[in-house]
Amino acid sequence: MSGDLLELTASQAAAEIAAGGVSARELFEFYRERAGADRDAGEQGLGCFTWVAEDAPEPPAGTPLGGVPLAVKDLFCTEDVPSQSGSRILEGYLPPYTATVVARLQEAGTSLLAKTNQDEFAMGSSTENSAFGPTLNPWDRTRVPGGSSGGSAAAVAAGLAPWALGTDTGGSIRQPAALCGIVGLKPTYGTVSRYGMIAFASSLDQAGPMTRDVADAALLLSHMVARDPCDATSLQAPSKLELPSAERLDGVTLGVPGELTGEGIEAGVLDTFNAALRRAEELGASVREVHLPNAPHALSAYYVLAPAEASSNLARYDGVRYGLRAGGAEDLIDMYTRTRHDGFGAEVKRRIMLGTYALSSGYYDAYYGHAQRVRTKIAEDFAGAFEEVDLIATPTAPSVAFGLGEKTGDPLAMYLSDYCTVPMSLAGIPAISIPCGLSGGLPVGLQLAGPAFSESRLLDAAHALERALAFDGAPARV
Amino acid sequence: MSEDGAQRSNGAAAGRFEAVIGLEIHVQLATATKMFCGCPLSFGDPPNTHTCAVCLGLPGSLPVANARAVHFGLMIGLALGSELAPRSLFHRKNYFYPDLPKGYQISQYSEPLCSGGELGGVRIHRVHLEEDAAKLIHVGASGRIHGSEQSLVDFNRGGTPLAEIVTEPDIRSAEQAGEWLKLLRSTLRALGVSDVNMEQGSLRADANISVRPAGSSELGVKTELKNMNSFRFIERGIRAELARQEEIVSAGGRVELQTLHFDPDSGSITSLRSKEEAHDYRYFPDPDLVPVAIGAEMIEAARAAMAELPAARAERLQAEVGLSTETARALSFRGELGDFFERALAAAAACSTEAQPQALANWLTVELVPRLDDIEDPADSRVTPEALASLVALVSAKQVSVGVGRQVLERLVADGGDPGAIVASEGLTAISDEGELARIVAEAVAANEDAAERVRAGNAKAIGPIVGHVMRETKGRADGAEVSRLIHAQLGA
Repeated sequence: MSGDLLELTASQAAAEIAAGGVSARELFEFYRERAGADRDAGEQGLGCFTWVAEDAPEPPAGTPLGGVPLAVKDLFCTEDVPSQSGSRILEGYLPPYTATVVARLQEAGTSLLAKTNQDEFAMGSSTENSAFGPTLNPWDRTRVPGGSSGGSAAAVAAGLAPWALGTDTGGSIRQPAALCGIVGLKPTYGTVSRYGMIAFASSLDQAGPMTRDVADAALLLSHMVARDPCDATSLQAPSKLELPSAERLDGVTLGVPGELTGEGIEAGVLDTFNAALRRAEELGASVREVHLPNAPHALSAYYVLAPAEASSNLARYDGVRYGLRAGGAEDLIDMYTRTRHDGFGAEVKRRIMLGTYALSSGYYDAYYGHAQRVRTKIAEDFAGAFEEVDLIATPTAPSVAFGLGEKTGDPLAMYLSDYCTVPMSLAGIPAISIPCGLSGGLPVGLQLAGPAFSESRLLDAAHALERALAFDGAPARV
Repeated sequence: MSEDGAQRSNGAAAGRFEAVIGLEIHVQLATATKMFCGCPLSFGDPPNTHTCAVCLGLPGSLPVANARAVHFGLMIGLALGSELAPRSLFHRKNYFYPDLPKGYQISQYSEPLCSGGELGGVRIHRVHLEEDAAKLIHVGASGRIHGSEQSLVDFNRGGTPLAEIVTEPDIRSAEQAGEWLKLLRSTLRALGVSDVNMEQGSLRADANISVRPAGSSELGVKTELKNMNSFRFIERGIRAELARQEEIVSAGGRVELQTLHFDPDSGSITSLRSKEEAHDYRYFPDPDLVPVAIGAEMIEAARAAMAELPAARAERLQAEVGLSTETARALSFRGELGDFFERALAAAAACSTEAQPQALANWLTVELVPRLDDIEDPADSRVTPEALASLVALVSAKQVSVGVGRQVLERLVADGGDPGAIVASEGLTAISDEGELARIVAEAVAANEDAAERVRAGNAKAIGPIVGHVMRETKGRADGAEVSRLIHAQLGA
């Protein structure tokens, strides 16, 4: 039976529970053991989790998701469960409340299985910036799973959780999904509540599903989207999310931006991506080139705006009320300095400094103001492109999973991992990554992006393409 | 010319300087809940009993702006004649302090809710909304963070909505600053947007102070004076700082740009921080909040919610009730006096013999208020508006003399009661029988022959001893003017 359970997608598992083929408790226990084994294996494991449930919760009856277990990225606040955002400064922090999106998913019938590892405060593309050690890629344990939602991606790919929640600021769902051969979707900014998500960059952060297939992503997302009165930036989507059913792409025009498919993209990735585009054409899609002239500036703008917001968002970690407080301080300023010196890792400090500089008096307009104008230009580029094409297709990441430690000494090389995903984040539009094949035995992701609130269309297209590509994720399961 | 200039630079005497003062007033808005969360506002409750994830700045929490605070802010803007922003934006003001749980204060910067305006001859620079800091309690002898053994934080106050009202530097003296603040307070009280209680901190004022040679139009280097939590301290603090600056400049020195702390106990002024330590607040638009679009219906709702303001009340009391300009202002700028007056006026209208409005106002401001000592609002005294109205009616109808009226007022202040009943039980009714009064006057003239002779000789002032005699005999019940007329008649002078 265990082998059979591992074969089920989350949607299938929910259906099985509803049909009485498997009990929610049995399914939870199955995954709890697998996740617990990974945690207990320490450095011999994948390092996916920062916390695993001790007991199976009472299976929720009469709910649409019937008790399917859910892994949740560490940075979501979960009441009385450690929520540390991968940081030493929040080590052991137990929030008194649960994030809106997690609470919604619990009401819909998911059970909290585990909290997953991540780059500290979601700053990173490899999950090597976690204070609690790296997560390994289940396809090749010498390689990174991507990041910052690397724990969620690796856990789903390895079959340690049926599905997971991630967050995406500049690619933190899509890039690890691509590197681990799973599906990851970043929704339209504002459609999923940010209340209870430990913030990195507020104007970009967005929660999304990380799943084995497109149907699971759609099902999980359908229980996440809602206007939240506790989040002033949350929106009511104009139409209800439809679960995907398309098998063809007739009448769909895919635009391929030259700016994101040229220099800097690994040859093997590009070949796999182009092969997937040919499959799309076979399904009836027409493929043409579009231009996003400002997309090459996206990364520069992002590395002003996101650190600027982060420098302010992370000011609250001062040792006064919760989390780490360094001892031996002589006065208040000394306490702040020591706490933040000891509590934050190198990448977080780098971004706090970048952001503080960008917001400084006299530099604000040259950096923050300028970056905001670039952001507007990029959004206009997309709006223009969507007048010509329905969806935009790019490789999700410029390379397949890279080696552990390969880019930790070169922050700029690491930042380039998000080259293809950051433009969509700045524009606030939805984008999904699906696995489209292997290059050198490692997964390659294909990214589809659409206009704001086009999630149903996006999922439909991804669904059709997924069927045609028939990617096999089984080799990653442990 | 040069000699005159040289003299000045060698040290101008006090009085050669002009004070230039601008005020920054923080007003706690009397909303039900805090600026960005659902916690109730409170004062004096046990520490940290009105807090939540948002006002404690817990990880993951997000602010949502309080629509009622925006409504109150618009009412203030309308009352001050400000221009209301079509779109209002919240910024983050970044700095570290233990009373600021997020490491930034949500405030307004480049797009305040209200810009410009004027009140009582002082121009308004801007009005913006922000959140209050938490309260620090420093355990130890100093009572301040330096030298304290321990500092505790009470987050009950943290997140309370504030309107910050900033004036232009139009104020020229400490006294004017105090008077203007009273006008602002009564305006805000009339709007009903704040408790405006300085002792409880719902009205707090900082002053930007500089001096310059009288007649100059340039601005000197200013200092910011903080911690003046009563009207008395504001005037004392500003006076002390003006004296300090005048002394520096007189001695040929330069005033240093800095933030100062006024200690009301010692009257001393100490530096909190100088320019070198000034913060770079790194303002930027708060990405957790969306801009507030100020629609016509919001402005209409604010206008509809506004009661009559002091300036308008003064005009009405003058034009419709017939009070003098000075009296109308005195009653309007201290709203509690205006309220007491209008209640007394309504009661007087019900009396058979009406009290004259101006007489009623004079009895209130000249006779009653000075007798109330520490009681600021006459409504809190034992004298009811009805009692004052009936007393003034008795005096106006000459049923009691002015002197008896004052006696009765003393009784009312001490014990309360009804003036008519006091007059009746004490036999204080004015002597209206002219024959009886004429007899007492004749006796008085006879008893004061010297004075009578001088009055006959044309010295009108000599009448005093004779009047005094009559008043003693009648225990003040005689009408002064009538007595004077009878004396002159009897002496043929």
